[in-house]
Amino acid sequence: MSNSGIKRRVGGWFEERLGLDSIRQFAAHKTVPVHSATYWYYFGGITLFLFVIQVLTGVLLLLYYRPTPAEAYESVQFIVTRVQFGWLVRSIHSWSANLMILTAFIHMFSVVFLRAFRRPRELTWLSGVALLGLALGFGFSGYLLPWNTVSYFATKVGTDMAASVPLVGSHLARFLRGGEDVGGATLTRFFGFHVAVLPGLTSLLLLVHLGLVQKFGISLPPWVETLYRGREKNIPQMPFFPNFFLRELMAWYVALGVLGSLAAIFPWELGEKADPFASAPAGIRPEWYFLAPFYTLKLIPSHVGFVEGELLGLFGFALLAIGWTALPFWATNQQGADRARLVTGTAIALLAYLVTFSLLGYWR
Amino acid sequence: MAQDRRTLIRWLLGSGFTASIISFLYPAIKFMNPPSVPEASTNEITAGKVQDLKPNSGKIVKFGSRPALLIRLNETEWRAFSAVCTHLNCTVQFRDSTRQSWCACHNGFYDLNGKVVSGPPPRPLEEFVVHVRGDEVVISRRA
Amino acid sequence: MIPQTVFRNSLASILFLLLPIEVLEAKDSCVECHGAMEGNLQAPALGFPTDVHQHRGFGCADCHGGDRNQDDPELAMSRARGFLGKIKRTAVPQLCARCHSDADLIHKFKPQQRVDQLAQYRTSVHGKKLAAGDEAVANCVDCHSVHNIREVRDPLSPVHPLNLPETCARCHANQTHMAKYKIETNQFQDYRKSVHWEALAKRGDLSAPSCASCHGNHGATPPQVGSVAAVCGTCHTLFEELYNKSPHKPVFASMGMGGCVVCHSNHAVLAPSDDMLSGNTAVCAQCHEPSSAGGKAAAEMAQSIGNLKAELNRSEVILTRARRSGMEVSEALLELREGQEALVKARVAVHAFQISSVSKPVSEGIAISRETYRAGESAMKERGFRRVGLAISLLAIVATLAGIGLAIRSIEGKGQETHE
Repeated sequence: MSNSGIKRRVGGWFEERLGLDSIRQFAAHKTVPVHSATYWYYFGGITLFLFVIQVLTGVLLLLYYRPTPAEAYESVQFIVTRVQFGWLVRSIHSWSANLMILTAFIHMFSVVFLRAFRRPRELTWLSGVALLGLALGFGFSGYLLPWNTVSYFATKVGTDMAASVPLVGSHLARFLRGGEDVGGATLTRFFGFHVAVLPGLTSLLLLVHLGLVQKFGISLPPWVETLYRGREKNIPQMPFFPNFFLRELMAWYVALGVLGSLAAIFPWELGEKADPFASAPAGIRPEWYFLAPFYTLKLIPSHVGFVEGELLGLFGFALLAIGWTALPFWATNQQGADRARLVTGTAIALLAYLVTFSLLGYWR
Repeated sequence: MAQDRRTLIRWLLGSGFTASIISFLYPAIKFMNPPSVPEASTNEITAGKVQDLKPNSGKIVKFGSRPALLIRLNETEWRAFSAVCTHLNCTVQFRDSTRQSWCACHNGFYDLNGKVVSGPPPRPLEEFVVHVRGDEVVISRRA
Repeated sequence: MIPQTVFRNSLASILFLLLPIEVLEAKDSCVECHGAMEGNLQAPALGFPTDVHQHRGFGCADCHGGDRNQDDPELAMSRARGFLGKIKRTAVPQLCARCHSDADLIHKFKPQQRVDQLAQYRTSVHGKKLAAGDEAVANCVDCHSVHNIREVRDPLSPVHPLNLPETCARCHANQTHMAKYKIETNQFQDYRKSVHWEALAKRGDLSAPSCASCHGNHGATPPQVGSVAAVCGTCHTLFEELYNKSPHKPVFASMGMGGCVVCHSNHAVLAPSDDMLSGNTAVCAQCHEPSSAGGKAAAEMAQSIGNLKAELNRSEVILTRARRSGMEVSEALLELREGQEALVKARVAVHAFQISSVSKPVSEGIAISRETYRAGESAMKERGFRRVGLAISLLAIVATLAGIGLAIRSIEGKGQETHE
């Protein structure tokens, strides 16, 4: 039988059982609007791609990592020095984690500036915020796993902050730490969160998030809507397959190149093995994505009026988080019109705050 | 012309894609292949064969990143200590005439329990556990 | 009227019941009465419960005489019953030695305790002067205290190793006190600058020397010039051995100079460094002209050791860099430790004061450090290999990107539905 004949037979066999044709039809009709801000559409896909990289490198690391205080640091050292290309896998995992959170933030802010959260995409926004929270959880739990000095003390500081939440704080801290102090129990627990709980939740939420995106299609920024009101059919569109996808593929390849270069030229350090009995080294600070709240808390005086400063800070963050999550619900007024200036202003203010305080937290 | 262009694209895409996939898969597959020293932590090492060390003699072996002193007292009794002198970190050696561990740098002496007998060392030598498995001598950290 | 004895007995019984349990073991009327007094008369009784003699069942009367079972002061402190009153300073050593030189007695309490303290004391400067009637010199109670004497190993004892220098300094750092003996009073101050004091006071290393370690305790005499090296050598054995075989020994002896002390000082023994060999703070230069054989030897030793230090540093730098980049260099780092040991050995070998003694460990160390440097270089080469690997994969990536880009162009150039 001819080559194409075999292909047709095999294709037909699967088609009968999986009904792939409907998927193929759907894919062929998926389009992406083309306008000045189209480039921002790539960031969601890049974040997804980096997440896949994390899963793949994470699974590879799982083949050698041991989650106990006696062996964690040594196993990472082993991976980096003895396992072939272990240095590469580990550094890619660490760098990709940071890049993923960065692109997630970029994706989120681009969604805000392009108003992609508006009706009927509120659930997409909510699932996205939840995914960001999960990503930060990945970062926080994964950071402890190498069990070096920086990660140990950063976890201590982080869980201490959890403990200062009123009412539930001590229970929350105990839950996170697996005990009263950061120790072996914390490591086991964080490992469990990092490789089982969080991936499970993320997979579910990703399905929801991506499913909703497919359902509602790619959103249009307000000015494009206004420009083409009445002439929606004339909005320039690009087929997802193969045009947008090929471009996305290019972005992914660029990301791979960047990751490989970072891993080879700026390998991720091992640090020193954590010693719970040593005093915290000067200048301990969390990873960059926690720097802004960290520095803010440092600035707040210990008591503001009769309220403890830290408490006030955490309360402030809580309000900010809730307000930001509820964005789709206050971004439009009763008549359904876009509160443009309010939303853009808030977003710029938040962005400025995050950038400034992260830089300050890094340099101070 | 268009055909040439198409061929070029196909060629670039095909070979580039293949090469890049290989450059991703090659390290991954190599990674999964366990290295020759499969254990990560230095809680235990094999210090050689029983026949390698004569009774009433000692030798230095690598225990993780630091030296250890393996002593064979007689046919059946073994001792092992960290060979790092607690004074200024020189490597100690076994003196069979006095059955003591000796540090040549400042004349520190340790007995067969690792305790300081004389000289400047302030602390005893860390003692390790020695097991003989078949004809292999295994040194491990105390629990 | 109640007879006096009956009254006193009842009073004694009541006091008896109020006294602490330890004293209940045997009656001691001295402590009972003096404990109820004030000031100087009360002080001995107050401290006595902490005294080691009290713990062994001895009482005031065992030194001062008298009768501890008598409540009547005239009976308790009667000369007829051997009461001595306050003991004269010059009579103290003999009094203590009454028991402490009695081997049978002492060994009932402590089998290993020495009983030659009085004999030793008599050979000391303190002992000789006291025997001649000088009451200003130290006797037993000046160092060991009195009425609240603790064992030497008790941290509160004035002769505990950590407290001993201050006890000696009470007199020896007091200019008014020492003026008539024409002895300097800077020893304690100097000693406080020394590494020995640092080891003792800051690191709590009780094996570190204090005054008694070099001067002796009961037979306290400053070491003679000829025996300085032997005294230092009780701990610093290797150095004494080397020094005794060195050219310095006969020279210093003939010049009446005291061995180790010449370069390292006696009380202010500071941490030694390679700067003692050459440079502004060199001790060799104090005697040796730079052009002399000795001067040249010192310079050569300094340079030799300096070379080794530099080579070891070079190796350490490259190996640390390699290790930080994730390279496996643990074997090389282990070997480097041996090189660092060679440096320690070289510094010890200086005390033979011959170039050949120093050159041996230095050349061993340099050989090791060169090998470890090579290991570091090859680790860095591996790092370079990674960059090559990266370049290859980047090439593949760029080729793919170009391919994708062209593919997009050709697809969209074919007139597909895109409005650019």
